Amino acid sequence: MGKVLMKGNEAIGAAAIKAGCRFFFGYPITPQNELPEYMSRELPKNEGVFLQAESEVSAINMVYGAAASGARVMTSSSSPGIALKQEGITYIAAAELPCVIVNIVRGGPGLGGIQPAQSDYYQATRGGGNGDYKLLVYAPANLQELVDLTQDAFDAADYYRTPVMIVGDGMIGQMMEPIEFKEHISRFALSEKDWATTGTKGQREPNIINTLFLDPAKLEELNFRLQDKYKLIKSNEARYEAFNMENAQIVLVAYGTTSRIVKNVITDLKDQGINVGLIRPITLWPFPEKAFDNIPSTCKALMSVEMSFGQMIDDVKIASNGRLPVHFYGRSGGMIPSPDDIIEKVKEVIGGAK
Amino acid sequence: MINEKIICAGFGGQGVMLMGQTILYAGMVEGKEVSWLPSYGPEMRGGTANCSVIVSDRPIGSPVISNNATSAIIMNLPSLIKFEKDVISGGRLVINSSLIEKKSSRSDIKAYYIPANDIAVELGNSRVANTVLLGAYLKLTKILSDTSIMKALHKAFSGTKAHMLDINMAAYERGADLVG
Repeated sequence: MGKVLMKGNEAIGAAAIKAGCRFFFGYPITPQNELPEYMSRELPKNEGVFLQAESEVSAINMVYGAAASGARVMTSSSSPGIALKQEGITYIAAAELPCVIVNIVRGGPGLGGIQPAQSDYYQATRGGGNGDYKLLVYAPANLQELVDLTQDAFDAADYYRTPVMIVGDGMIGQMMEPIEFKEHISRFALSEKDWATTGTKGQREPNIINTLFLDPAKLEELNFRLQDKYKLIKSNEARYEAFNMENAQIVLVAYGTTSRIVKNVITDLKDQGINVGLIRPITLWPFPEKAFDNIPSTCKALMSVEMSFGQMIDDVKIASNGRLPVHFYGRSGGMIPSPDDIIEKVKEVIGGAK
Repeated sequence: MINEKIICAGFGGQGVMLMGQTILYAGMVEGKEVSWLPSYGPEMRGGTANCSVIVSDRPIGSPVISNNATSAIIMNLPSLIKFEKDVISGGRLVINSSLIEKKSSRSDIKAYYIPANDIAVELGNSRVANTVLLGAYLKLTKILSDTSIMKALHKAFSGTKAHMLDINMAAYERGADLVG
């Protein structure tokens, strides 16, 4: 199949439908509106249901219901809207149900703005809701990766029976670049959803989807099971890209939009004779800790570059475990870091690292 | 080696987004690395609209064009004031002189003044002013082949917009002829 041009938001919708998503529940918010708009137009043509709920809380609970019945289901929103969905997300995680949640992040805190940001890293990776749960979190950096990961997300969600989050930002959502919809082959051996509430037809015991366990022993049992699952995800699903690592004097860590800017920085600094590497987490959780085991001995420092005031830096510190000093550069509120500003900071750090 | 970074800017409704997408599509057809990034937000409604288009032989990192545009296609005065400073020394400004009386204040870049709306009105529809400028810009830079550009125009003006194809082809030719 040839390449097509689509906005990132629309591409998520197209990839989701190709992955078998037939239910979408959402509530409008910039900068992700092209996604529900696309779904409202395309899902009915594909025997699916698009429903604009009366609120984000309502939308995520509709996702809970559709997931419980075994459907492939998606919702999307942007930062403050995702904040509203947290209650439903922890319920879905506790009920061990698969779904895909898209966050096209905008500047915060509060209602914030509508320009690109990465300040929902904690919300995505630390659990914005209550309890000991995790989401598998993908952070694509280009539109090809966005459509590939969207399709993977549905498979991973079904396989692990867990909510999967795709984190983008206004730039990823609004931009266009060529995309190829490749033949999708699941990486997982997926089985029938024999746990789904599809109706007993008088043939079997009812399947019960529940997150209330008043007996602490039973609740701990659920938690043991969840932790085993997260351990498995941690060992199987961490993904990253390592770029220009050979002889790197400093390694920058950046994901999504910021990683694209860092690649420009790397090219510019190479022309000036400065070697800079990049570790780009593709999964934010599990964080790709292994990437930090292969840092060349030439590297004297790490630097986390984010569109926030420093959230991923915690994971960079944990992963590098004190082996190297960890520096930081970030912009916030919807401001996109300029390559020149990052270059200046890199020079300041490596000047001092000698 | 081509590494063209273009800002297309004007009022909302002048067709700057479509102009950028036409370059994007032609670039893709030609096998170049391409990206298109629109401005989005409240300023689009009745205010200025702009998009950043990159056409390159090398993989594109960031789709953002900050102060390193190689060209800017400018359809109204606020956009000239806003983006003139973002063009690199030796770069190009293609200016819609029908709506902008002001001349470029930069002496280190080449400015081309195209009466795009006047030509569009002559052709019978002021809405094709964007394609007049596109014709001038692509003729000046020669970054894409005529075949790719024709394919892109056919794509841009298909379906419900098919009736606009002929007049846009004419607009494209007129723009190209002005600088050719």
